Amino acid sequence: MLIKIKASSECKEHEVSDEKFYRSRRSFITQSVPAIAASSLAPGLLLSACDAKTASDTPSSDPASKASTPKADTLTPYQDITTYNNFYEFGTDKADPAIHAKNFKVSPWTIRVEGEAKHIGTYALDDLIAPHPEQERIYRLRCVEAWSMVIPWMGFPLADLIKRLEPNSKAKYVQFETLADAKQMPGLRSTVLKWPYVEALRLDEAMHPLTLLATGIYGKSLLGQNGAPIRLVVPWKYGFKSIKSIVAIRFTEKQPNTSWNLRSPREYGFYSNVNPTVNHPRWSQKKERRIGEFRKRETLMFNGYEEVASLYSAMDLKKHT
Amino acid sequence: MDYLQQIKLLKRFIFFICSIPLAWLIWQATQGKLGANPIEAVIHSTGLWALRFLLLTLTATPLQLLFKWNWPMQLRRMLGLYAFFYACLHLSAYIYLDQYFAWADIIEDILKRPYITLGMAAWILLIPLAITSTHKMVQRLGGKRWLLLHKLVYPIATIAILHYALLIKSGWSLAAPYIFVFIILMAVRIKNITDNKKYKSQ
Repeated sequence: MLIKIKASSECKEHEVSDEKFYRSRRSFITQSVPAIAASSLAPGLLLSACDAKTASDTPSSDPASKASTPKADTLTPYQDITTYNNFYEFGTDKADPAIHAKNFKVSPWTIRVEGEAKHIGTYALDDLIAPHPEQERIYRLRCVEAWSMVIPWMGFPLADLIKRLEPNSKAKYVQFETLADAKQMPGLRSTVLKWPYVEALRLDEAMHPLTLLATGIYGKSLLGQNGAPIRLVVPWKYGFKSIKSIVAIRFTEKQPNTSWNLRSPREYGFYSNVNPTVNHPRWSQKKERRIGEFRKRETLMFNGYEEVASLYSAMDLKKHT
Repeated sequence: MDYLQQIKLLKRFIFFICSIPLAWLIWQATQGKLGANPIEAVIHSTGLWALRFLLLTLTATPLQLLFKWNWPMQLRRMLGLYAFFYACLHLSAYIYLDQYFAWADIIEDILKRPYITLGMAAWILLIPLAITSTHKMVQRLGGKRWLLLHKLVYPIATIAILHYALLIKSGWSLAAPYIFVFIILMAVRIKNITDNKKYKSQ
């Protein structure tokens, strides 16, 4: 029997509206784009176009008040989740991964388990995940670029796998590695990042019940652009921490390298917890654009997953970004 | 058909061509084809076209120097005004679609985020060039002063490229082609100046 314990911050099923209601949102941009074209002639036109469309969900016309009222989360449509991706191995444009990962080969797939653990070795993916019953988790995903989605993942807690692998007392961190197959991934020609892509968590972060190994979205197997066949999901951290298409899991004593931190340590810290009070050196992290919504939302501390705060109680999160 | 008539026709044709990016954007928007983040798509597209038109205006002089073509000079003003037009759309899209008139956030952005400071500066510097783009203004200012004022286009292009390069998460890679083109356009001018000096000193 599957018993699912929901955290207070998790989206409730009844808060999530049907995909078909969501479809109509594009009618807004349809109306507003010609309006900007005319903006130099008729600024009033912009305002009226806006009011007409936002009046239904906000009683106030004050721009500031809307963003500050917490709103229900709505599932991001499958189409958007699978066509707007950062997966640089398949290209740097958000549309690239969906194009270049079309024929991505996910079988056979093996994962190397290395470092400070009892059960190191190379495992077939199926053997590694078979003992873990699949569950659905609806998580917000906040990209460091200040956009966000709400995604219904299929997967299981990373903690369950880690317990089976039995890390030893030296293991303080766990590092993950993405596939780097130049034949399938044209983005590897670019030097934008050092390949293979690596990410890491402190062991207690990795063991947190929110941390997920995902194998599917909307009840379907993951597509290449979303990190097939298996990826990490750490909902309280910026999206780049949730590494895709994992081929290695490594337990280490010292803090391992992480790709974006290597690229620009000043901009991308090891922890990279979602934190509206610490801006990216080049842009604000106070607000975010939820994909499919017009007005920005306030970004929440830990992306709204306050239950992880105890992991960092002894740390100054303005320094340990 | 004489030369003047040909130029007139060419101008009409180019005027039409330059409006295609906007028409395409509006068509995509009405068809819901701007992807998962249409606001970002509108801002990026208008900004990129402003930068492209700015670089296009800077190709007229090199074409004249290298191939002795004079007709691109006739198109320079229109291309420059189109650059300003797309820059205005870009700025409006940022203020309205992206920030939704959250003035406090906009001012914070302009003061604190170098890429927005630069973008704003480039747009403001384009204003005097757009205003003085008419024949009457050239006469009123006098050719020399007008030319000096319009040298502003070089810092503007530099600032605009920096503005683009700084906003990308991974840095310079996507801006590289624009930097490359800009350097070539400048190199042709510099070579011409040094050649002229040599010629004079001989």
